[in-house]
Amino acid sequence: MSVTEAGSVPVGKAPLEAGKPDTDSRPPARGLRGEAARRFFRNPMAIVGLVLIAIFVTVAILAPWIAPYSPKDNSWLSEVRPGVYPGPSAEHWLGIDPLGRDVFSRLVHGARQSLLIGVVSLTLGATAGVFLGLLAGAFGGWVDTVVMRFVDIMLSVPGLLFAIAVAAMLGQSLTSVMIAIAVVNVPIFARLLRGEMLGQRTADYVLAAKSLGISRAGIVFRHVLPNSFTPILVQGTLTLALAIVEAAGLAFLGLSGSDPSTPEWGRMLNDAQSTLAAAPMLAFYPGLAIVLAALGFTLVGESLREALDPKMRR
Amino acid sequence: MLRFVFRRLIQLVPILLGLSILLFAWVRALPGGPAQALLGQRATPEAVRDIEVQLGLDRPLWEQYLQFLWRAVRLDFGASLQTGQPVVDEMMRRFPATIELALCALLIAVAIGIPLGYLAARRHGTWVDHVVVSGSLLGVTVPIFFLAYLLKFVFAVQLGWLPTAGRADARARTEHPTGFYVLDGIITGDLGASWDAITHLILPALALASIPLAVIVRMTRASVLNVLNEDYVRTAEAKGLLAGTITRRHVLRNSMLPVTTVIGLQLGVLLAGAVLTETVFAFAGVGKFMADGIVERDFPTIQGFILVIAVIYVVVNMIVDLVYGLLDPRVRVS
Amino acid sequence: MSFLQVRDLTVTFQRSGHPPVRAVDGLTLDVAAGQSVGIVGESGSGKSVTSLAIMGLLPRRGVKVTGQVRLGDRDLTALTPRQMRDVRGSEVAMIFQDPMTSLNPVITVGRQLTEVITRHSQASKVDARREAESLLRRVGIPDPARRLGEYPHQLSGGMRQRVMIAIAIACRPRLLIADEPTTALDVTIQAQILDLLRDLVSESGCGLIMITHDLGVVAGLCDEVHVMYAGRVVESATATNLFGRPSHPYTDGLLRSIPRMDDDRGAALHTIRGSVRDLVPWDRGCAFQPRCDRAVDACLAGPPAVTDVSVTSPHRARCIRPVNVAASSTSVSKAKGGVR
Repeated sequence: MSVTEAGSVPVGKAPLEAGKPDTDSRPPARGLRGEAARRFFRNPMAIVGLVLIAIFVTVAILAPWIAPYSPKDNSWLSEVRPGVYPGPSAEHWLGIDPLGRDVFSRLVHGARQSLLIGVVSLTLGATAGVFLGLLAGAFGGWVDTVVMRFVDIMLSVPGLLFAIAVAAMLGQSLTSVMIAIAVVNVPIFARLLRGEMLGQRTADYVLAAKSLGISRAGIVFRHVLPNSFTPILVQGTLTLALAIVEAAGLAFLGLSGSDPSTPEWGRMLNDAQSTLAAAPMLAFYPGLAIVLAALGFTLVGESLREALDPKMRR
Repeated sequence: MLRFVFRRLIQLVPILLGLSILLFAWVRALPGGPAQALLGQRATPEAVRDIEVQLGLDRPLWEQYLQFLWRAVRLDFGASLQTGQPVVDEMMRRFPATIELALCALLIAVAIGIPLGYLAARRHGTWVDHVVVSGSLLGVTVPIFFLAYLLKFVFAVQLGWLPTAGRADARARTEHPTGFYVLDGIITGDLGASWDAITHLILPALALASIPLAVIVRMTRASVLNVLNEDYVRTAEAKGLLAGTITRRHVLRNSMLPVTTVIGLQLGVLLAGAVLTETVFAFAGVGKFMADGIVERDFPTIQGFILVIAVIYVVVNMIVDLVYGLLDPRVRVS
Repeated sequence: MSFLQVRDLTVTFQRSGHPPVRAVDGLTLDVAAGQSVGIVGESGSGKSVTSLAIMGLLPRRGVKVTGQVRLGDRDLTALTPRQMRDVRGSEVAMIFQDPMTSLNPVITVGRQLTEVITRHSQASKVDARREAESLLRRVGIPDPARRLGEYPHQLSGGMRQRVMIAIAIACRPRLLIADEPTTALDVTIQAQILDLLRDLVSESGCGLIMITHDLGVVAGLCDEVHVMYAGRVVESATATNLFGRPSHPYTDGLLRSIPRMDDDRGAALHTIRGSVRDLVPWDRGCAFQPRCDRAVDACLAGPPAVTDVSVTSPHRARCIRPVNVAASSTSVSKAKGGVR
């Protein structure tokens, strides 16, 4: 054994002491995008992820046209008896649930909920987080201290618990779930961006720009921000995956928004709890759906990270 | 060295204070007002008025906060809406179960995760590496409660190898001096009880361990890969040191540093995850109590749980920081 | 009597999806006891890879090494990894470029020294510690006893490099390889380190291979110099002759590029046009041809022959039109591979 191949720089949920990102070895944003794209698309993980995402998004958007029945339609209640839940058949591809509704239609519509929650909470959380991180990083000094103290406090509560607290506080609605998950993500993005900016601040090109008299805002928006973009993108995809899982978790605990008849994968899983022995598939379908949807984004996020990390040579 | 410890301890204070403020604001923002929320069903007008006086809702805000802080320090979170007993007592009764579960899960995660991560790093680029990485990705994306179901269904319901629910065989008459069932069995000399407790722990611990396991594997692998690439490993090779020496003294010691930080973080995941896992297995721990509390809108319980868990989390992370400082001499200087 | 004999060393890097790259192409050189040999070249010339190949530190995957590296009576390339581990550190030792990253940050200086001593000898821990202390003193580190318990980040750059040197000479190797040992240091410290190396070499009689891109370092330290370009040695000579009468157009260009005090002010600085990437594969012609002002058609006809540029002393250049050729030289030896 001797000198081996390049490793990857560990990035991810930052520990309480955020380290400096390795900016000196990161090439300027523009030039190597083509090479990164090539590396990305050559990665089988990325392809699988993209396919999963495509399926998920398509199903979510086209749900009303894909689902053969309405998800709330429970006209098949008569076919259901305790202990007997009709399995897959020609009319009901995935069977009927205990309340007489078509499982497949509910599953398909559940995709909508998940995608909606995921996208909205990600956008909210990332925007707020990036904004805070920008403030902290751009101004430094006491602004930085205040913001980061705030972020530290928010991070002192484990993510899921924080979401539970917020969702419980805001009451039972779809919005409250989205806000809850968004709030959990704010400190993550804030710390990420602030760490990036801190690292970039001492980079040579920033000093050069400063010496040319470019304003602080100019430096931030035209130089530092584009270079910090890539970790945000990676974190964004991973956050989206997590949001889907977190939303399901909240629903599982009974905190999902909207009324119980609206299909939501997490709640479907929870409902299946009581009939686990008799109809295990009722739990598997939504569970599998959650896994595949989240997996798609996770794979893409990981492939992005690998493609965009200049240290990975192989 | 002592100054380092002291400085870290000082940093705890603003965080804990900030946390208390956050929680205070949260209570005030609960639907129906704090009095309503803390009383729930029993919110008769008289009771509400009583609580309002008790909470000092007629007093200035800062006084209320101080009262809140004082109560929090004494662990007075009011009475649980589910049982009517003080939240503190209910939590204390159930904590050992969750701690046992969390420790078990952490043990699994570390004992399997670190070797796997190391293996993947050494066999970087081979199929072993790919399998491990894919597995870890899966570990993070599969929701804990779903995994709990799968495990329960396969191993308990279908195969019957392991019990489906609870902490111990309901029929057994065993003593529980400490509340930690496995330990209790050893103390009272009833090893059968210990074994029984262990079989009840396996499935929930596995489910709970999935995320920390995945994270530890990834972190170890990345860290080891990083270290293998470092110049000082090349120097160690150039010295002609034996492979084992290099691995132990140079590679592992340096790569374990970031991993320890991660382990501290994972505790938070474990404690939160307990809320999701315990329900599936009817495991009588604090997590299940919290899960039931959520459904019942038992705000006193929710409040108490979050505060206690958050404090534990912060303290544990500080300890991890200190340990890191012990292991990495560079940190102490800054 | 040279105890390091490198013959026809070729290192090929094979990356999937890329054409194979020959970082070192048929290199041949000798090092005798007590002799300091310099290998000069720019980035990409293959000089570092050469040193790693001699030490057996190249990865096994994706790298192919052919040729011979004879140390004394053994061929290092034929040894098993375990045997090579025994050789490394004890008979051949290496000093790396960046002392900050080349030392383990979480282990004390003393430990990093004693571990190489105990590895290659029967010394007890106490003896090893004593030896480590005297080594630190030998390389000029003040208060060595205290340093043993310190960590690398507590030392200055120059001191760290001294520690690296101490580690390298700890087991009295017969061959020392220094890969750009002063590049990461201040100029004043550079001089001290080079002096130290010179002392150590003359004192112990070991051989030294000094790898650098800095001609000044070579001039002050080395007896014999090899100039590398694109994986092959293109000129070999004693230091005096190389600087006095450079023969290969590349060497000539390098020396001309150094600004001198007595140059015309206002005159443009001399450069070698083109870049290292403007390359012709050696088996098709002269790799330097695209950048050479003296190139002719014959330079692309095939690998250039090696010319003895001087009758009085060993001075060879891989060029069919060398510069500064003394009147009666021209014993053209068409050797395949190194300048020999």
